[in-house]
Order: sequence, then structure tokens, then C-alpha cells
Amino acid sequence: MSVVGEKLQQTIFERSAPGRGGGKIPHPPADALDRIPAGALRATPAALPELAEPDVTRHFVNLSALNYSVDTGFYPLGSCTMKYNPKLNEWAARLPGFANLHPLAPDATSQGTLQLLWELEGMLAEISGMDAVTLQPAAGAHGELTGILMIRAYHRSRGDLARDEVLVPDSSHGTNPATATMAGFRTITIPSAPDGGVDIEAFTAALGPRTAAIMITNPSTLGLFERRIGELLEATHAAGALAYMDGANLNAIMGRFRPGEAGFDVMHFNTHKTFSTPHGGGGPGAGPVGVRKVLEPFLPAPRVIREDDGTFRLETAGERPTTIGRVRSFFGSTGVLVRAYAYIRAHGGSGLREVSDDAVLAANYLRARLRDTYTVPFDRPCKHEFVCSAAEIKHRTGVRTLDIAKRLIDKGYHPPTIYFPLTVEEAMLIEPTETESLETLDAFADTMIEIAREAETDPEIVKSAPHVAPVRRLDEATAARQPNLRWRGMTGAQAPCPD
Amino acid sequence: MVPGDLRYTKEHEWVRVDGDEAVVGITQFAADQLGDIVFVELPAVGKALAAHATFGVVESVKAVSDLFAPLAGEVSGTNDALGNAPELVNSDPYGEGWMLRIRLADAGAVEALLDAAAYEQLVAEG
Amino acid sequence: MPYGPHAADDRARMLETIGIDSVDALFADIPEGLRAGPLHLDEPEPELLLAGRLQALAGRNRVDLASFLGAGAYRHWTPAVVDQMLLRGEWYTAYTPYQPEVSQGTLQSIYEYQSLLAELTGLDVVSASHYDGGAATAEAALMTCRQTKRDRLLVSRAVHPHYRATLGTYADGAGLTVDELPLVADGPDAGTTDLAALERLLAEKDRPVAGVVAAQPNVLGLLEAMPEIGRLAHAAGALFVSVIEPVSLAVLAPPAEYGADIACGEGQPLGIPLGYGGPYLGIVACTDPLVRQIPGRLVGMTQDLDGKRAFVMTMRAREQDIRREKAASNICTNQALLALAASIYLSAIGPHGLRDVAATGASRATELERALAAAGAPRVHTGPYLNELVVRVPDALAVHARLLDRGVLAGIPTADLLPDEPSLADGLLVCATEVTTSAEIERFAAALADELAGTAIGGVA
Repeated sequence: MSVVGEKLQQTIFERSAPGRGGGKIPHPPADALDRIPAGALRATPAALPELAEPDVTRHFVNLSALNYSVDTGFYPLGSCTMKYNPKLNEWAARLPGFANLHPLAPDATSQGTLQLLWELEGMLAEISGMDAVTLQPAAGAHGELTGILMIRAYHRSRGDLARDEVLVPDSSHGTNPATATMAGFRTITIPSAPDGGVDIEAFTAALGPRTAAIMITNPSTLGLFERRIGELLEATHAAGALAYMDGANLNAIMGRFRPGEAGFDVMHFNTHKTFSTPHGGGGPGAGPVGVRKVLEPFLPAPRVIREDDGTFRLETAGERPTTIGRVRSFFGSTGVLVRAYAYIRAHGGSGLREVSDDAVLAANYLRARLRDTYTVPFDRPCKHEFVCSAAEIKHRTGVRTLDIAKRLIDKGYHPPTIYFPLTVEEAMLIEPTETESLETLDAFADTMIEIAREAETDPEIVKSAPHVAPVRRLDEATAARQPNLRWRGMTGAQAPCPD
Repeated sequence: MVPGDLRYTKEHEWVRVDGDEAVVGITQFAADQLGDIVFVELPAVGKALAAHATFGVVESVKAVSDLFAPLAGEVSGTNDALGNAPELVNSDPYGEGWMLRIRLADAGAVEALLDAAAYEQLVAEG
Repeated sequence: MPYGPHAADDRARMLETIGIDSVDALFADIPEGLRAGPLHLDEPEPELLLAGRLQALAGRNRVDLASFLGAGAYRHWTPAVVDQMLLRGEWYTAYTPYQPEVSQGTLQSIYEYQSLLAELTGLDVVSASHYDGGAATAEAALMTCRQTKRDRLLVSRAVHPHYRATLGTYADGAGLTVDELPLVADGPDAGTTDLAALERLLAEKDRPVAGVVAAQPNVLGLLEAMPEIGRLAHAAGALFVSVIEPVSLAVLAPPAEYGADIACGEGQPLGIPLGYGGPYLGIVACTDPLVRQIPGRLVGMTQDLDGKRAFVMTMRAREQDIRREKAASNICTNQALLALAASIYLSAIGPHGLRDVAATGASRATELERALAAAGAPRVHTGPYLNELVVRVPDALAVHARLLDRGVLAGIPTADLLPDEPSLADGLLVCATEVTTSAEIERFAAALADELAGTAIGGVA
């Protein structure tokens, strides 16, 4: 029995007592299950917890209070784009017409949703300069897998079976090489150039008849635009390979750079980054994928089709034999897509360009404010995020990026992304987004500078942070060595139903 | 200072020769780089290993690293204590934290490995 | 910009601090030939107008029908407390809990979800969730190949066709072979997995099988001989993957009881709206020895420096950001908010309530079966079912369309769902749950009787 600190909650299992709760559903007749053979039924009931509704409410309200969130405060997490989640979008997704529609409902009864999805595809295609879009993938990584599988199908359709390699820079998100492996490819990792960008010469040298694709994040995971991207895309196509763009950093370039127009063949979007759909504590997101004409035949099925008479329908089974097939049960994470649709319509083209402008402005502002205190390794303007390093502070004081991150918690902030990308020592990747006021940016910068000073004058207080969070630093080693992944000793309904 | 009586590889493994067998583990430097070790995956006894082939994986809370066979041979023993106490690799990497015994295909190949001085220089330069 | 925070001279002050005149200077590194023109999207819409547009779109969907449609997504009553909790910004606008000190809410809720599903499935390890039932099934199958180091899968044709299709896409990427198990054609076991065929395929010594995948209930609503399938799989050194439906686990024998090594399925019935297919909740659970193979996040209980209980994402070295190309899966997300919804649902409905949901569904389904049989559409199969069944309806596609005009969504024609099962050409897969009313059943049966009478008189029988 572990000790529950005063700020934490007991688990629902500890709050459970026989006889509590119920009253949501009328009881069925006693013989409801008589026609089912005893051998197929549970021998003992599932020992789920019994709680009264007031306890359920208190439990989940109090638990929520232990979370930091965008609605609580600033989240300068590089690579995550923690922008404000508009409340209109929550209202829209909950409209019964959207929320209660069955995924296998006949097309004639789904015209509103089908129209929304079709329009959303068009909007994403326009934003990215791509020719066609699939809304099926449930997450960015899922979109990556979809995109790479389409590239694979493309090469096979041309009889080009020798291409078994995917090139990625060493600064890439871990999902990129993991995706390549799932699609049956070997990953070749190319070290970055000293200026932080992709090493074009190294990439070109590695490109060849065995290359299926390159996977590039642009702007890079360091927040830097790849100035020689045109050269790289040309070299890729000259080698007969295709170019995949990881769209995680799209918030930096809307209205300024359209990947499909520039020569990328396929990219994924993260609606939970660029298009404001909520992170939900780790999901759900959505990872639509845009493609140029060359990959259109391979898009997952079914696609949504607009007929000449203005009605909409889904493709029927077998209608497009070149498809890579399904990547999930149904059409897509529609509830998330409704939110993205509302966000794009609220902004329009001019609004989205302003979003990117303000995101890039805010990041450069913070970079200017922090560059004298933290090492900023790359001497050029960043895009929507920048990386700085606490390596020098560590050498002087022993205080590391991890400690600075935990001390930020004491000061009321969520830490930035730390130790990513892997190419910078003691990295902090900071992305303010466009929805933070100047007051917030200044207060954050002031706090970062204050912590750097604490590292010199009182390093212990930083190294032992956080001090005021609901819990202090955790024993992650024991958690991994002796995993406790479920509650033991469930308390629940062993007794028959009281009423 | 690393033990002077052992041999080392560029991948931060150490080797202790014991007759026609070698005992293999990772160095303190490698263990420190990884942090608190939480899991070690080792091959089955009897498995044949080529030199430089991956023979397993070592996981820490925040990192993972492949383990490379320093010499060719057949696995003749593994340290089962690491199943319950992977932290031995951190606390006693050259002793209780040993990982593998290999029956060597060519005992002479040990000579080509780094000695203590050469390994320390490698670490200093790295 | 509708959510932009900047007052009049905020931007000017930022530009000044940076030392530039205009934000354009920050985009000067985009090569001139690659710069985009203005985006051709409709004008921005203020909230009032946008709300009207969204309402109009939602209004064009027909969700007022008497619906008997299941087939992988189910109508249930979600207690009101669930959505009230989900609307709290601390839940839905929180990030992934990489900084555990400020994420104990999310972390504890995932641990509770893992525990609840462990209890329902009987399996000890439950991941923090996958995308949906189809993706979960695909990755569960891939687990068996990694664990056994074999590359062949046997999948029952009674597993949902969309799950099989998804599995096929993933298996193709991984270079694995998928062979399908046929269904028994006639007799009391019609519509279930053909065990003789399974035994034959498992016996092919030169093509060892990594995993056998079957569903309980299966896509036709029928109950399978799961213990037997498990026995056959294990005898051949293969792992057994069971596709489950979580509400049914309140009354049906759970996967652990019949020897499943891995359970997977769709968590949508646990308090998640139909939502035209998503976002949903992929369930993956496994026995302890397989824990290192399970894809996705895991939350564990531990202590902090002061010895107090705390929760943290654990065994992270399995995941893509650390393992990169050696990761078991590329998955980064978990459907955290939906796992939370499932936890709140199960807490609110309770164990008796969940049993009632499952049993009431069965009871309504019995009522439905009788009413439809009386109307001229008897069950196609005779084996036991829980709350979903196939009834024989001549010219089912046309009848289904005409019933729709009468306000009844008569399930789904099996010819549509399973075009590769010609024996099911004339069937409707229908479903009843605790929200199905007797009035709806009567309406369906009356309309059907009318249609069938009309067909018999006026058209080809």
C-alpha cells in the first residue's frame, strides 16, 4: 500500500465500496442471458470499482487539477505547437449531427459530414500545395506510415523493386526511422551539417538506385529553414526517389512556403499542432496526408467523392484497385477533423499567414531575449522555434537542462522540449506559438534568466527542483525495472446487484 | 581508471580472457552514459556470434544501446542475475555486472582489441 | 486573427528587440523561387457565421433514424458526467505527460484505464491505447511475429473486414503473409471459424504460424469456440490473438479465461460517441511475458523523492523517440482523452451497470430477432449470439434502401459489409443495445413486413 501524498488522489479502486453507484440503466429481465451457453459466459463478474456519481465527479475533477494544460498556462514545447484550443471547436464537434453519425451510415444520411471532409481535403491541399489529401490517419506517425507505404506502392507499380532504403537526417523525429522500419525499409541516417541544416552533399552521395525516399522536416527540428531544399529535392528526384516532408513544423510556413509546390511529393499534417485540435493529454490527434498527382492512385480507401450534382459519396470497395488499402477501421478521426475544419475557416488564408508570421516573430523575440544567457548555437534567424543549450551553464555550475526544466515548474511554467534534437548538447527547444501575449513572453524570458542566475548563486535549489509541484522527482529506474502497470486487488462487484 | 588486465572495444565493451573463453561486459563509461540501467537483453546459450554482431540490447530509463560481440564464438553463459538486478551493470560493471561468456573461435583475436591505455585515450578524445 | 493576442504596438516592440524592420526579414532564407503566393481559401469567418455554417452542415446529417446499425461501432447511453469531465480544459488541453510532476492527473487516469481493462480482459498488461480497433488488431498481429520470429498469420474471415484490411496493409509493409480462415458454411456452427481448416493450416510444417486471430463475438455477432482455437494455436507454437468488444466482457468469458495471449479491439462502446468513425480507442492487452513487445505507451506506479506515490510513463526505451528505427512500432500518440472517457464511463456505470448494458442489449436483441422473424426475416444462423445477428432478407440491398426512406436504418446489408461471402448475399446484420426501444423494434418489424409483402406481390420473390 503506497503512501498517497496530500496533493494526490486515491485511485478509483481505493474509493470503491460495495453497493455504491448504479442507477444509470434500467435492469434487464432476469432471463436475458439464458439463451447463451454457460461455457461462453464469465465465471466470475469483473471486479470493477463501485463509486457513487459524486465520488466520480470529485475524483476526476481533483485529478484534473493536478495537470498543467494550455488552458492553465504557457507551454513552450518545441516541436509540439501548443497553441490555444478554440472553444468553438469543442462546441462544433459535439453537435449531435456530427457526434451521433455512425461510420457505416449510408452516404445519403451523411451529406453534411461528407461535405465537411471533402472541403477540408481541399483546404489542406491548398495550404500545402498538394493535389490530393487523405484524412484517414489517426496521428502524425500514422500519417508517416501511410505516406511511406504509398511511396513503396509507387515504386512497386513501376517494377522498381530494388529500392529498400530511406534517408533521414540525424536530427529527425524518432517516428521517421521507426516508420521506415514498419514499411520494410532500412534507414540510412545522414549527419547534419555544422550550420544545423541537412548536409546536402552527404545526402546526395547517399542517394542512389536503392533509395526509395528521403524524409525531411522543414523547417528542421532545430527550427531552421532548409535553404538548399530546392537542390535536395532535385537531387532526390534525379535519383528516382520521392521526397516525404514531416509536417510537424508547418506552423512556421503557412502562406510562405507550400511543400507540394516546392517539390515534396507527400507530407503529413499534425492537426493537433498546426490546426489547434487539442492534445488531450497525449491524444487524439489526426495526421492527414497530402500527395502530389504521382501518388494519388495509392491513397488509402475509401476516398470521398463529389458527384456532378453536388452530392457526396464514399468510394465503393474495389473502385480504385491501386489503393494501399485501409490504415484504420473507418474513414478517419472525424471529431478531430471537424475541429481542424472550424479552425481553418475561422482564419482563412490571410489569417493562417498571420499565424505563421506571429509564431515566427514570437520565437525570434524569445531567442533575442535569451541569447545572452543561454547558448544559441546557430547564428541565423529561426522560424517558429529555436534551440538553445545549457551546456556552458552545466560546465560552470553543474546545473543541467533537466534541472532548469524542473525549476521552471516551480515558477509556474511547463518546461520546453529538452534533450531533443539529439544533435545539440543539453538542448532546450523553445516554441512559443502565435497565441501568447507579449507579457507572457517577457515573463517567461525573465524567469529563464532568473533560473540561469540561480544556477550560479544557488545551484542546489535548481538541482533539487521541483519543490512545489504535486510530486517531486520520480524514481523512474524502479518504475522500469519492476513495472507496476495495473492496480492489484480490485475491489468491486463480487456481490449481486443490490436492487 | 579502467582495469588494466582487461581488453576493450570501440563500442565500450570489456573482455576478460579465461582460458578458451571470454567474459564480456560494458565499461563504467558506457554505463554512466546510459544512466540507470533497467533492462538487459541477452542471447540464448549456444548461439553463434560473429565478431561485431549485435548480441543484445541494454536499456536505461532514457536510452537504449546495442551490444556488440567483441570476438567471434559461441555463447556459453549469460549473467542471469541481471534479470532481477540490472542495476549491477551501473554499480559493478567489471564484476557482478558481467553479461556474457563466449567460447572463442579464435583466442588469438583478443590481441587485436584495445588495451586499457588505448581505451582510455579513446574515451578522452571522444 | 480570431485568437491572436497582440495589441497595436506589440509586434513593433518585438521587431525592435530583434533588430529588424519587418517580419518578412525572418522569411528571407526561403529561396525566392520557392516562396508561396497568397493562399486561395475562403475569407475568414467570424464565430457567429462559422457557427451557422457548422450547424447547417451538421443538420444535413440524418441522425434521427431508428438505428439498428452496429458492425464495429455501437450506440450506447453515455452518462452525462462523462462529457462534463471531458470538457475540463485541464484534461483536454494538456500535453503528453513527459513531465510527470505536472501531469499526475493524466498519468493516474491512464493507470486507472490500464487497470480497468486489465480487469475486463483478465490480461495483466494493457497499453495506454492505440488508434482504434483496426489499427490495434494490426499491431497485435505484428506482435506475434516479433515474439515468435515467424512471419505467417492466420486470420479468421469472421474478424471485422475493415480490421482484416488494416491488418493486411500493415502486414504488407512488414513483409508478412496473411492467410484467411474460412467460415463454416452450414449446420449449427455456420458463420463461425472453420476449426478443421485452422488445424490443417497450422499443420503445414514448412510454414509455421506466428499468430491466430479470431473475434469474440465475431463480426456476424456469433460466439466462437475460443478455447478450442487457442488450444490449436498453442499446440502449433503460435500465439492466440482475440478481438474483443469491451462491453460484452461484462458477461462473456474474458480472453484470459480462454487462453488468449493478446486481446485487441475497439473501445468506442465505453462512453465514446459514434462520431463517423473517430476519434476512437484502440485496446491492446497482453500477458506479462509479452510486455516488451506491446506497442505504445505504458504508465506505471512509482514513488517520488519523498516516498510518495506517483505515476510515470515507463519502459520508454521501447518507444520510437528512443529506439528510432529499432522501435517495435512508430506510434507516438495514445488516444489519452478517449482512454479517460472510458475510465469515467466505467466508473460512472459501475460493474452492475455494465452487466446491465450487456444483458439489456441481449434482451432487446432477442425481442428484435422474434419481431423480425415474425415479419418474414428469420435468423440466418442458429449458433448463440449476444446482441448482434444476421437475418435473411431477399433483395436485402433494395429493402435496406426502402426502409431508410421510412426512417429505419436496418443495420447493414451483409452483401455490403462482406462482399466476399456469397452465402451472405441476402442478409442484414442488425444490432440492439440498451438504447434500442420496443417502439423502434416494432417500427422496424412493421416496415419490414410491409416491404416484404410488397416484394412478394409486386416483384421478383
